[in-house]
Amino acid sequence: MLAGVAGAPASAYTAYVTNEKDNTVSVIDTVTQKVVKTVPVGRRPRGIVVSKDGKEVYVCTSDDDRIEVLDAKTLESLRTLPSGPDPETFALSNDGKLLFVSNEDDNMVTVIDIAKNASIAEVPVGVEPEGEAISPDGTVLVNTSETTNMATFIDTATWKVVANVLVESRPRIAVFSADGKFLWVSSEVGGKVNVIDVATHQIVKKISFAIPAINADAIQPVGIRLTADGTKAFVALGPANRVAVVDTKTYEVQKYLLVGQRVWQMAFTPDQKQLYTTNGVTNDVSVIDVDSLKVIKSITVGAYPWGVSIAPN
Amino acid sequence: MAPRLLPLVPPDSVPANTAPFGGLTDNRSAWTKRPAINASHQGRMRKFQGMRLVSGTRVLALVCASAWIILPATADRAAAQPASPPAPSASPAAPAQDIHIGYLANRRPAPPIYDYEDDPADVGIAGARIAMKDNATTGRLVGQTYALDESILDKGQSPVDAAKALVDKGAGLIVADLPADELLAVSDALKGRDATILNIGAEDDRLRNADCRANIDHFAPSRQMLTDALAQFLSAQRWRNVFMVVGLDPADTLYAEAMRRSVKKFGLKLTGDKPWTFGPLARQRADGPIRADAFIFTRGVDADMIVVADEAGNFGDFVQYHTAEPKLIGGTQGLTPATWSRVLDAWGSAQLQNRFVRTNKRPMRPLDYQAWTAIRAIGEAATRAHSASAKEIGAYMLRQDFEIAAFKGVPVSLRTWDRQLRQPILLVQPKMLVSLSPQTGFLHPITPLDSLGSDEPESGCKIRSGGNP
Repeated sequence: MLAGVAGAPASAYTAYVTNEKDNTVSVIDTVTQKVVKTVPVGRRPRGIVVSKDGKEVYVCTSDDDRIEVLDAKTLESLRTLPSGPDPETFALSNDGKLLFVSNEDDNMVTVIDIAKNASIAEVPVGVEPEGEAISPDGTVLVNTSETTNMATFIDTATWKVVANVLVESRPRIAVFSADGKFLWVSSEVGGKVNVIDVATHQIVKKISFAIPAINADAIQPVGIRLTADGTKAFVALGPANRVAVVDTKTYEVQKYLLVGQRVWQMAFTPDQKQLYTTNGVTNDVSVIDVDSLKVIKSITVGAYPWGVSIAPN
Repeated sequence: MAPRLLPLVPPDSVPANTAPFGGLTDNRSAWTKRPAINASHQGRMRKFQGMRLVSGTRVLALVCASAWIILPATADRAAAQPASPPAPSASPAAPAQDIHIGYLANRRPAPPIYDYEDDPADVGIAGARIAMKDNATTGRLVGQTYALDESILDKGQSPVDAAKALVDKGAGLIVADLPADELLAVSDALKGRDATILNIGAEDDRLRNADCRANIDHFAPSRQMLTDALAQFLSAQRWRNVFMVVGLDPADTLYAEAMRRSVKKFGLKLTGDKPWTFGPLARQRADGPIRADAFIFTRGVDADMIVVADEAGNFGDFVQYHTAEPKLIGGTQGLTPATWSRVLDAWGSAQLQNRFVRTNKRPMRPLDYQAWTAIRAIGEAATRAHSASAKEIGAYMLRQDFEIAAFKGVPVSLRTWDRQLRQPILLVQPKMLVSLSPQTGFLHPITPLDSLGSDEPESGCKIRSGGNP
């Protein structure tokens, strides 16, 4: 299925899932919803993203201190990028030319020019930098730091820090709304999602979660994905084993979807009809139907799935 | 709403990779060392984003840091944020907020008997220094700097005098690794002053009960928390029969008393309770003549686990594999409840473990972790309170909504009624995390974490948040 892409149906995609503990990437055909290949990569693969042109897959192999570049079709390793130490997550610039990498062990964000295969800037941020998000207009890069507990706003013209916004403990993922006006930040240990006004850097909403019979301490928001139409947010709640569906206008939680254990990161299919979640403890990926808000499938992958990225074939 | 933080813009002149407190490398060479202020205490000041530069060839990185930490902390910041607390001075030598922390401990004596894994000389302080780096990294984003004043006492030196000297110098937050009596003496001496003692070493339950103090926060676990964690695990496993073997040291007696309470609390059964009178066999040849006696000692014991109370490590490891019948061993040896262990790598702890090992060339021990937690709590409170005042930071740490992420999967926080840090307790053996308490199913109206240690209704502590003893 990886060959003969021309003429493939619009809904045929490939999902790439990093498996943190067995050093592999599981490759899933979204039509058959089966793992079609398991690719060995470096040690402790976590963050993963497919290039804008869909030709390359970038994988943070944290314990090897580098980013591996895989050919999206052959899944052969093409080269490695100089990531700085312990790369955990990253974001791709909107033009696909730059990678913004969190170096968890040295409190830096490294900016990598992919074509030049070189680091072009390093920005000192808080302790244990984690999530990266780039604004839709490309002018603002946001980094979250897990021990400093801040979202750091960086001007991409100068690579200078322009603001730090304090949030609850252990912020993980930052995501811009489609219009670029708001930034959503999950706090894993603090149990909240903060919505920050990008222009003023003010927190406009703190979203809490409550699930009957689940202890509050077990509700640990990590992954966040916002629908392109701006109506819904999906929040992965870690050991609560649920994904919360939030109305982005009222900030009310509409529904909790039961998925696998320790649900971590998520990715939409490019048509936004399905959402894939990585479930670390149950070693599987749950597939959520976005329209019906139902979990329709569980796909067994490798050990401790962490990140997921989906691209057209 | 969380406090709005001040923007801070590093100047272009600083190459990012020269930032001296990035955490990757061992930055000790960049620390400013001053002459000991109180030579008799061999005090040392370590500035973690230092000003007060001294002469020397290794301060270049520090100058760079100062330049872009301090300059924005003066005119630019004051102008940008008029509502913020006023900066005391617009001079680079006097940053807006300098959080001054004291570290008070006795120099560790040699072990009474050879121990290949004896405590390293820097146990505790090494964890404090890692937390200082973490705080400094956060501080540079908000215009706060941190200094650690290390006061390590030799035999005969007075911890009370050292503590007073620290407070006189402005270090009103004192991280203390002292035995209970010395801790209480220091507490009494600092009564009425704007000082908080953060106990990282003393596990005595009386410090959380009858002898609790309004100016001591406990970042060390109580023995009761440790033994409750083990007892919960035994209860969850339905291994209800416990045989206790208790050493002759006073600390062993306290551990045993805590374990006996835990046995009752969690519905276990004490099937035997004997003192260990055979000496430190774990530190001697395993084939001594006494061995047969020790073997007979456990004959006929009906127990699922033999719980040893041997804090000095004199015999607990010997008991394992030298029992009449095959028995599990737990307590101070065997399956051990602890705040930290190298075997933990979940909940992001791999990052802290890596930072620690890279800097110190050894695994992080529980005391290192307890020191890290205490100093991180100070840093978190300073950031959120946007204050350098010992009084305000001390009060902020006791707020109901104050919590820190401490790599245990759930937030940890101080119990306001006895000022004990509530936290999950690991159950470990040397190469494996066996379990984590509280165990699933042990419920509590406030938090399952309060199922470990003396809970509020049974607490003998009469202080409450904000009050004085």
